[in-house]
Amino acid sequence: MPENSVSADLQTGSDKMVEWTDFERDTIKDIFSMIEYDVVGPAALTRCLVVYPWTQRYFGGFGNLYNAAAIKGNPMVSKHGTTIMHGLDRAVKNLDDIENTYTELSVLHSEKLHVDPDNFKLLADCLTIVVAAQLGKKFTGEVQAAFQKFLAVVVSSLGRQYH
Amino acid sequence: MSLSDKDKAAVRALWSTISKSSDAIGNDALSRMIVVYPQTKIYFSHWPEVIPGSIHIKEHGKKVMGGIELAVSKIDDLKTGLFELSEQHAFKLRVDPGNFKILNHCILVVIATMFPKEFTPEAHVSLDKFLSGVALALAERYR
Repeated sequence: MPENSVSADLQTGSDKMVEWTDFERDTIKDIFSMIEYDVVGPAALTRCLVVYPWTQRYFGGFGNLYNAAAIKGNPMVSKHGTTIMHGLDRAVKNLDDIENTYTELSVLHSEKLHVDPDNFKLLADCLTIVVAAQLGKKFTGEVQAAFQKFLAVVVSSLGRQYH
Repeated sequence: MSLSDKDKAAVRALWSTISKSSDAIGNDALSRMIVVYPQTKIYFSHWPEVIPGSIHIKEHGKKVMGGIELAVSKIDDLKTGLFELSEQHAFKLRVDPGNFKILNHCILVVIATMFPKEFTPEAHVSLDKFLSGVALALAERYR
């Protein structure tokens, strides 16, 4: 387990389906219908780059990431944050087959982008905190558990094609 | 990843805003922790029941936040300042130190829900560094 993150490690073999309760399915869909992708995505990615500054290593071509204000105002960070949310949307629409849904994305992150898969968990934690801030009291412990389970499956699937 | 003067100032400033709600924060963080990370319930098996919002959780939340308040006051030397708490966790409570970052994460989530405006990315990084420092100081006496 990496030092910094607390998202759960999943051991989903390709022959083992993730099981979702009705509450979990409804909660995940509700959350994604309540949040604005072009607000939450940029906020989460910004937070990740500020709180875990070593993750900036993947964004060398993004220009000025010199301080929190620069990161917040960086249009490439904003655009990429929104892209990430649309990527997550694909998992929300394919809850029963996230692993296959993300095969190509996993290959991309491994072979082209060379992202340390431990860093997916750091972004997941930042996204959890941004969503918590958006939803306030609605982000109960049960809602948090469902959301973090979803992100754990996403993170595991994104790391699946690394070799 | 030691605390800069800027980090310490940020932590003190955030604490002065949130400390009046520390009982509520402690209650919510622990209640959340036992739901999101059910394995943590094992440390409370001596309670008649381990459920969110119970009187035991509330009292324990106050203790935990009292520890955080102590840590804020000893922010210049957490290792020395939290020595006795470390001894207690090492020899009496024997909480696996992996759980400290779990509770830290729950505290951060609660602060995000209760103080979204104040919990900026800048405040977040300083508080995360601070809570990581607290976890390290608590684990100091383990072995």
